[in-house]
Amino acid sequence: MSSNFNIVEMIDISKSFFGVKVLDSVSFGVTSGEIHALAGENGAGKSTLMKILQGVYTLDSGEIQIAGEKVSIHSFQDARKYGIGMVFQEFSLVPELSVAQNIFLDREHKNKLRFFDEKETIRKSKLVMEDLGLDIDVTAKVSTLGRAFQQLTEIAKAIAGDAKILILDEPTASLAKEEVDALFKVLKQLTARGVSIVYISHRMDEIYRICDRITILRDGKKIVVSLLSEISPKEIIAHITGRKDVEMLTHEGKSIARSSTPIFEASGIQVGNRVNNVTFKLYPGEILGLAGLMGSGRTELVRAIFGLDKKDGGALKIDGKDVVIKNPREAIAHGFALIPEDRRRQGLVMEHSVKQNILATNLSSLSHLNFLSFSKINRVVRDSITDFEVRPPEANREVRLLSGGNQQKVVIAKWMATNPKIVLMDEPTVGVDIGTKVEIMKLVRAIAAEGKSVILISSELPELLGVCDRILVIRKGKIAEELDRKDVKDEDHLQMIVQGIKV
Amino acid sequence: MILSSIKKIDIRATLIYWMFAVIFLLFALLLHDDGFLQSNNLLNIFRQTATITVMAVAMTFVISAAEIDLSIGGVAGLASVVGAIMLRDHGLIQGILGGLAIGFVVGSLNGLLVAYVGIPSFLVTLGMQGVAIGFAALVTNYYPIPILNDTFNAIFGSGTIGWFPGLLLWSFTAVLIGWIMLTKTTFGRRVLATGGNRDAAEFNGINTKNVKFKVMLISSVVASIAGLLYAGRLQTGRYEWGAGDELSAIAAVILGGTSLFGGSGRIIGTFFGALLVGLINNGLILAGLPVSQQQIVRGLIIILAVALAKKK
Repeated sequence: MSSNFNIVEMIDISKSFFGVKVLDSVSFGVTSGEIHALAGENGAGKSTLMKILQGVYTLDSGEIQIAGEKVSIHSFQDARKYGIGMVFQEFSLVPELSVAQNIFLDREHKNKLRFFDEKETIRKSKLVMEDLGLDIDVTAKVSTLGRAFQQLTEIAKAIAGDAKILILDEPTASLAKEEVDALFKVLKQLTARGVSIVYISHRMDEIYRICDRITILRDGKKIVVSLLSEISPKEIIAHITGRKDVEMLTHEGKSIARSSTPIFEASGIQVGNRVNNVTFKLYPGEILGLAGLMGSGRTELVRAIFGLDKKDGGALKIDGKDVVIKNPREAIAHGFALIPEDRRRQGLVMEHSVKQNILATNLSSLSHLNFLSFSKINRVVRDSITDFEVRPPEANREVRLLSGGNQQKVVIAKWMATNPKIVLMDEPTVGVDIGTKVEIMKLVRAIAAEGKSVILISSELPELLGVCDRILVIRKGKIAEELDRKDVKDEDHLQMIVQGIKV
Repeated sequence: MILSSIKKIDIRATLIYWMFAVIFLLFALLLHDDGFLQSNNLLNIFRQTATITVMAVAMTFVISAAEIDLSIGGVAGLASVVGAIMLRDHGLIQGILGGLAIGFVVGSLNGLLVAYVGIPSFLVTLGMQGVAIGFAALVTNYYPIPILNDTFNAIFGSGTIGWFPGLLLWSFTAVLIGWIMLTKTTFGRRVLATGGNRDAAEFNGINTKNVKFKVMLISSVVASIAGLLYAGRLQTGRYEWGAGDELSAIAAVILGGTSLFGGSGRIIGTFFGALLVGLINNGLILAGLPVSQQQIVRGLIIILAVALAKKK
């Protein structure tokens, strides 16, 4: 922190939707040059608060001061005028334009004839990148960049627009470790120049690594503001969940009979050069973890098993019998379910209700001669909502109005209603708050306890360690290690193996 | 912001009924002396709207699946012509089957190109519209083909059951079947899921290509039925029948509250949307406007109404 001067001061902000108070007299301040973590469960009010600062929502009462001046922000343009920049989770870049063209989108340099001055745009963009200590080819098309560089371009765009306050919402959600390092380096550099950063994240290690202070919200109220040097992770979790005793995920040793016929066998699975000769077995009631870095081929493997992508080689067996799976319909018929990586894009129809979404996977079992049976539907939907504790428990609510964690519960619920034998889960807890994460992991255990088998992809090693019976470490499309859970000491141990460092 | 958008959606759900009521009252007042309210005129509105209603019901499925079909007017014209020729040369059943066959052939082609080859439906059907109209003009050399078969004309046109006009029965049947299919069957859900989020639908094991193929096929077959209705009502087959109906049908669907972006569909709304389009046509004729002015006013009213019904 370079000074105690609050560049942003949000005072007693309140906001209601449909008479429900989403923010209740929340005060939030960011000093110039600090990285300020904003934490809380989904639905705690973080994004509403930040959307007010960006002019997406208008506050009901309260006051915003920027650099000591009272301001009113009603649009993105207003926010930009006051130096507030947002780095969007879903990137706002135009993929077919170059990095330079994106950085100066809508503020293009023009020459005397009022044509775009590409040279000047490129020169200025290079300066911005140099300033940030980034080595990005500014003439490259954005679509050819990796996620991390797209994100850095997004930041460069905000900085080139003279942003003094940057809001980052879960910026590392899809970045690999070294990409995170590059991002953090840039963030540190920005703070040295007096830029303030609001950092929204569910990842405790990151918050401790780069943030100076933390503000925790719960149920629309500010619970605490603290220097991170003065608060322990346990305290933070306790403030976020509001529960005194925080349930950490601990592994319950259970024995899996591996002498019986495997419920599922994959041998020599090949998908282009992304998945390379992968062979493994899965037993009834077993939870098999797939560990690995982003891009290691885990997602491609389960997509191929589920029939979403074409397999270039390999064979599958279920209960010892050969099966061929060419599309998701055949996979489902063989008892598979897939909880996909991106629930918003692949899992749900956001504008449809909870009921309609649950229906989508179960059309044939909930109908007779292609006519929907509404009594069955209502029963199944009601049961799903209670069993999976979807909140609020309203069948007709559009899923876009639910929190991330509850959306994920809907995805799991609709697949469990198909009564699958083998459940494939791809990063089921991404962007889900801590309380719900634990609930989802308990669901995974409960699914296995019913005798179903689970293949779980997760980048959160504590989750894998908490529930898996066996862990396959995937590296460059191959199984690099097969680990029995009891042979893994702790998270650091697993991390080393995943990173490929000799233990 | 969320609050206002929710309100907007609620308005959108009932907007068509308000618009219908307002315009009806307006015409009732302004055109009272021109016989707007006479039962004969009101029945006429229903009769003239039947073809649009039938096509709009099918179009609701197409738009719900996030596709579009611009070829329906052309298909109706071609079906009327082929139906009339087959009827003249071979007989009643052959005439009806000939007309329907046009729908099957064009619909299969549309479906194949859209779902399996992956060409945007907007382009496929725009091209197909020209092909269909061109064919219809070619085989008839631009001449109308008169239909002298009274049974055909009764079934598809002027026939009544008691006092109840047969064309109305066609409308109601289409609406009823459409409503049941969209809200009560697995197919309806597959259409909505596909239009709402194709990726998610595919992950769910829904064969989205098959869904898209089917909605395109249904749309064309229904358009060919509409072509037979034109032929029956006007007792001729002619390449011009149905020209421009795609716009009226799309307007009816959007006015009825179906999202232009797919994923939602309202059959009853579509029905009233079609009636509103028919109402406007009728009112403008009664008001004595020349065709050119009718077109201008109709176009503007439709744009305005669709703008009001637009999803925020």
